[in-house]
Amino acid sequence: MIKNFRQVCRFALYQSALKTNSFQNLSKRAFCYVKHHKTFNDNEEIYTHQLSAASQPDTIPTFRVIDLQGSVLAPQYENIPDEILNKIFDTMVQVEEIDTILNMTQRQGKISFYMPSFGEQATTVGVGAALEFEDLVFPQYREQGTIIYRGYTVRDMLNQCIGNIHDLGKGRQMPVHYGSKALNFVTVSSPLTTQVPQASGAGYGYRLRGENKVAATYFGEGAASEGDWHAALNFAATLSCQTLFLCRNNKYAISTPVVDQYRGDGIAGKSIGYGIKTYRVDGNDALAVYHTVKEARNYIVTNKAPAFIEFMTYRIGDHSTSDHSVMYRTEDEISSWKSTNNPITRLGLYLKKSGRRVFDEAKDKEVRAAIKKDIIAALKEANEQKLPAWNTLFEDVYDQLTPNLKEQKEELRQHLNEYGEHYNLQKFASN
Amino acid sequence: MLSKILKKANKVQYANFATAKYRLAKDIPAGVETQHMNLFQAVNNALDIALQTDKTACLFGEDVKFGGVFRCSLGLNEKYGTDRVFNTPLCEQGIAAFGIGLATNGVTAIAEIQFGDYIFPAFDQIVNEAAKYRFRSGNQFDCGSLTIRTTWGAVGHGALYHSQSPEAYFAHTPGLKVVIPRDPIQCKGLLLASIRDKNPVIFFEPKALYRNAEADVPVMDYELDLHVADVIQEGTDITLIAWGTQVRVIQEAAKLAKEKLGVSCEVIDLQTIYPYDIDTLQKSVNKTGRCIISHEAPITCGVGSELAANIQEKCFLRLESPVKRVCGFDTPFPLVHEPIYLPDKWRVFDAIKKSVNY
Ligand SMILES: Cc1ncc(C[n+]2csc(CCOP(=O)(O)OP(=O)(O)O)c2C)c(N)n1
Repeated sequence: MIKNFRQVCRFALYQSALKTNSFQNLSKRAFCYVKHHKTFNDNEEIYTHQLSAASQPDTIPTFRVIDLQGSVLAPQYENIPDEILNKIFDTMVQVEEIDTILNMTQRQGKISFYMPSFGEQATTVGVGAALEFEDLVFPQYREQGTIIYRGYTVRDMLNQCIGNIHDLGKGRQMPVHYGSKALNFVTVSSPLTTQVPQASGAGYGYRLRGENKVAATYFGEGAASEGDWHAALNFAATLSCQTLFLCRNNKYAISTPVVDQYRGDGIAGKSIGYGIKTYRVDGNDALAVYHTVKEARNYIVTNKAPAFIEFMTYRIGDHSTSDHSVMYRTEDEISSWKSTNNPITRLGLYLKKSGRRVFDEAKDKEVRAAIKKDIIAALKEANEQKLPAWNTLFEDVYDQLTPNLKEQKEELRQHLNEYGEHYNLQKFASN
Repeated sequence: MLSKILKKANKVQYANFATAKYRLAKDIPAGVETQHMNLFQAVNNALDIALQTDKTACLFGEDVKFGGVFRCSLGLNEKYGTDRVFNTPLCEQGIAAFGIGLATNGVTAIAEIQFGDYIFPAFDQIVNEAAKYRFRSGNQFDCGSLTIRTTWGAVGHGALYHSQSPEAYFAHTPGLKVVIPRDPIQCKGLLLASIRDKNPVIFFEPKALYRNAEADVPVMDYELDLHVADVIQEGTDITLIAWGTQVRVIQEAAKLAKEKLGVSCEVIDLQTIYPYDIDTLQKSVNKTGRCIISHEAPITCGVGSELAANIQEKCFLRLESPVKRVCGFDTPFPLVHEPIYLPDKWRVFDAIKKSVNY
């Protein structure tokens, strides 16, 4: 009976599909349910009579436009508008100042935790400049450069780090877990790599709706060892997702150096195996970053397929304010990167040499001093704000309060009525 | 006969109907057009309606495209195309995450995990990500349009990895809803409600019932309330609570109790495991003064423990005997010992007897 039912049903459904014209014109993939016929064909494999293991292909080269002294190696890639290049430089300086002060602020106990992005500003700011504003970014956590480029302010950052009433996240997550719907920047979460296969899904959504947008997702080279990373690349490739994978290979995952993380040709070497268009780029070269992202993005929307970029860079700062990195690497190593391959210095030298920006040391100092002053003022303001009202704890678990949450909220209300004095309630806004 | 039914069902243009919403299956008015369906056909019918009434909806998972290993997605690829009904690579954490990403991007995502036993690779994505998306972003982002369907429960010979009932793991996770239907009518209404609910839902389908439960299912587009427990048999002496396949077991035990002991059992199907309907349970136990909860999953920290504790808190003065859990043992699910592992009607009957004689 079932066999018969299936046959009739298939036919009926096919007929009705033809009639209903349901969602047909999406892509060539629609209506491709056909049985697979693969008869044996001896010519499909390349046979050899030499027994040997496959060897690793050549190392993928790293794309670079300017050298460590800011001289141009590939003049055809200088064509970034002055306005954008200057905004990239200004934002990189701003991010460095913010990181410096907020790192110190944590040491003074004014915020509970912080993660700087020293050494990686060319990558994160360059990506911010090269993506379209509408592209949805799924971040890891060290990508403040991207959200700041899009317009997230130091006030937004401090409100989040303190978790006050102006925090869009309502004071629920640890510092540095930024997110902004208005800026198309999905909220950071701590579990590593979970965002990466989510970006595959979001990138599929763009193709489904025929939108020329990409879902771009960041992750460190450490995070790329998680199972979710494998899932993400394989799904994006097989399901033709408009997803851009952005790997910050900064050589360490907390204390773990890359030799303990992988043995192949970095992360780009793995990406190729999934059949994904793959680039490797000097992550400390803002011009190279910008062009690579532009090209990869263009590839994605034109071909409706994912692309992958590995940014070669170095984590100059400690992993976070809970880390002391000279425990596992030398001061010499850190300072050599800081002085000889610093992304801000490199772009500055290029701008100066090319005459695309007039530098005035005194003015630069003033700019940095002004940024600093503004951050300190913002910190004071953010600290003076109340924390979200106690009852907001129960909101947004679901779209509406569920019966058990209503009951628990009432229980807490009664408890606070009687024991409120033990909870420092004046810190919180009133309901 | 089945072929005719499906042929007819698929001619219906559901988009033309407004969705009817009912509190419980018994509130559906008599006389609406129905068709005879088993559970997998009810799932198929609900998915068909979901895909037809929501042009952004997608259905995906392992082997979904050819119709699914349990036939639940039969014919849907042909009808809606491979962009909307498709196979994924064999990777559960990928399926869950891909669904979360789709939902975050405004797509209605219906993900299938082939067996409930294989949902654990996706546990992190479900518990740390899907459940917490809205809360952690301050309601800026959510994945409320995600539904994860998967099979559930014993099937006679499924052993360790084709028999599990993992609902308790998920019921411990604020932000998720967990739903388990007992028959085709409920299944269709609850599944449509789950797909359209604005929160991530895990929908467990009792696989033993795919072909064994049959009913005259309303043809129309209808939803049943999530949150509501269904009192399917009123009684005065003792309250029996179960969900999924186990509802049949407690119904049979209630029948035995009536015949052999003259005990009148009130039989309740919990339906939504989390957040569950304590009001209905409380009302019933306050009436009967006795309560038995039964599930296939192991007893320790099972959903029965939660219900028993809550009922004890809410009905303390009315209880005349301890709330009793009749459940699977604290062992992995066995192969040849399945008949003695399962909390069958005799074990439930014995519990009823001991409770009324307490
Ligand atoms: C699933 C998971 N495991 C472990 C951690 C703890 N953890 C936080 S950051 C980190 C290192 C990440 O390194 P990498 O991805 O290279 O990024 P980087 O910090 O260098 O930018 C670890 C192990 C975590 N947050 N999530």
